[in-house]
Amino acid sequence: MAAAGLTRASSAGRPLMRLVTMSGAPILQQLHLEERLLRTTGDNWCIINDGTAPPTIVMGVSGRVSELVEIQPVLRDQVPVVRRFSGGGTVIVDQGTVFVTFICNKAAVAGLQPFPRDIMTWSDYAFSQLKFGGNAQSITKNRWVHHTSFLWDYDVKNMDYLKIPKRAPEYRLARKHTDFLCRMKEYMPSRSVFTDGVITALREQFLVEPTDIETVLSDDDAFVPSTKLLSEQDLEEIASSKESLHRV
Amino acid sequence: MALRLWASSAANALKISGTGARAAAPAYTISRYFATVLDGLKYTSTHEWVKHEGDVATVGITDHAQGHLGEVVFMELPDTGAKVSAGESFGNVESVKATSDVNSPVSGEVIEVNTKLTETPGLINSSPYEEGWMIKVKPSSPAELDSLLDAAKYTKHCEEEDAH
Repeated sequence: MAAAGLTRASSAGRPLMRLVTMSGAPILQQLHLEERLLRTTGDNWCIINDGTAPPTIVMGVSGRVSELVEIQPVLRDQVPVVRRFSGGGTVIVDQGTVFVTFICNKAAVAGLQPFPRDIMTWSDYAFSQLKFGGNAQSITKNRWVHHTSFLWDYDVKNMDYLKIPKRAPEYRLARKHTDFLCRMKEYMPSRSVFTDGVITALREQFLVEPTDIETVLSDDDAFVPSTKLLSEQDLEEIASSKESLHRV
Repeated sequence: MALRLWASSAANALKISGTGARAAAPAYTISRYFATVLDGLKYTSTHEWVKHEGDVATVGITDHAQGHLGEVVFMELPDTGAKVSAGESFGNVESVKATSDVNSPVSGEVIEVNTKLTETPGLINSSPYEEGWMIKVKPSSPAELDSLLDAAKYTKHCEEEDAH
């Protein structure tokens, strides 16, 4: 099995997890990195990206743009739209978003059933019905990625670029974004309290090894990520025609 | 489960008390899940089935798989003419919040894909062995089928996995 031999035994019996911390990295770059780490490496990874620029709309793999995004304002204001490789809903991310991603070997994470269901039973992150983080997963034969965008803060105006989705989990109850989201900064003293807290918690279960991202990026240009930035032309085509089965 | 342990450690470290919104996932799921396993098909340990008739191998995911995935909302399929390799991904299935790779049990060339799945991906849930078929392959090495699991071995494999 592919995972065997790829994880070093840790002194305390905890699996090794490489930690990459970034700040302000563009979300497209982060998602490309995640796909590459998922598909071309055998290590466990935690990626923390504190804030991102520019503000970007990120859709799930099968989202229909015309149903989820207000295309005219997006074109007018030139807001980038990215289709990520994992499923789930549509978000708009910016400097107020903190990203935490796990990429793991199924075999290396003891006690976690090798089937997707365990990861999928993770409940959403919320304080009393108000959501402060959304997550999605992607699962390959031997590994999986679980990534979350946490709302440290958000700009209400940005939510206007997103439509209320037709397909939504029950808890959404057709609420507008501002009625079902909350800002973490109203519950926590600082961003670093949050990110340090994540790392502290991680150390309880894993042997955490901070890793410089430069050492991770090799010259492997053979790998082509599937996460893509929709072009202005893509969006204009969708705006002008009924979005058909052809998915951009 | 390691991730839930992390989540409660994180909650403690961040002094977050209770989420309130949804009940936490149960600590232990006891479910007697009886999935259908058909005789006459071959299976992989990653929950795909293959039906070999003459020169054509039809591939899909099992009842066990669709039950664990939950409602399928999208299926990404290859183009006809694409080459597939045994044990490697040929596409992925999206269900609610996870996308999962689907692996081909055999190597060969894709000669047909089930276009109905584009409009009605739910066929994978309602009819995983019939209308929910995914691709038809012309096998390049039919001997690969011999190393796959038969119905009895696959059933045992599922029981062992679910016993975790």
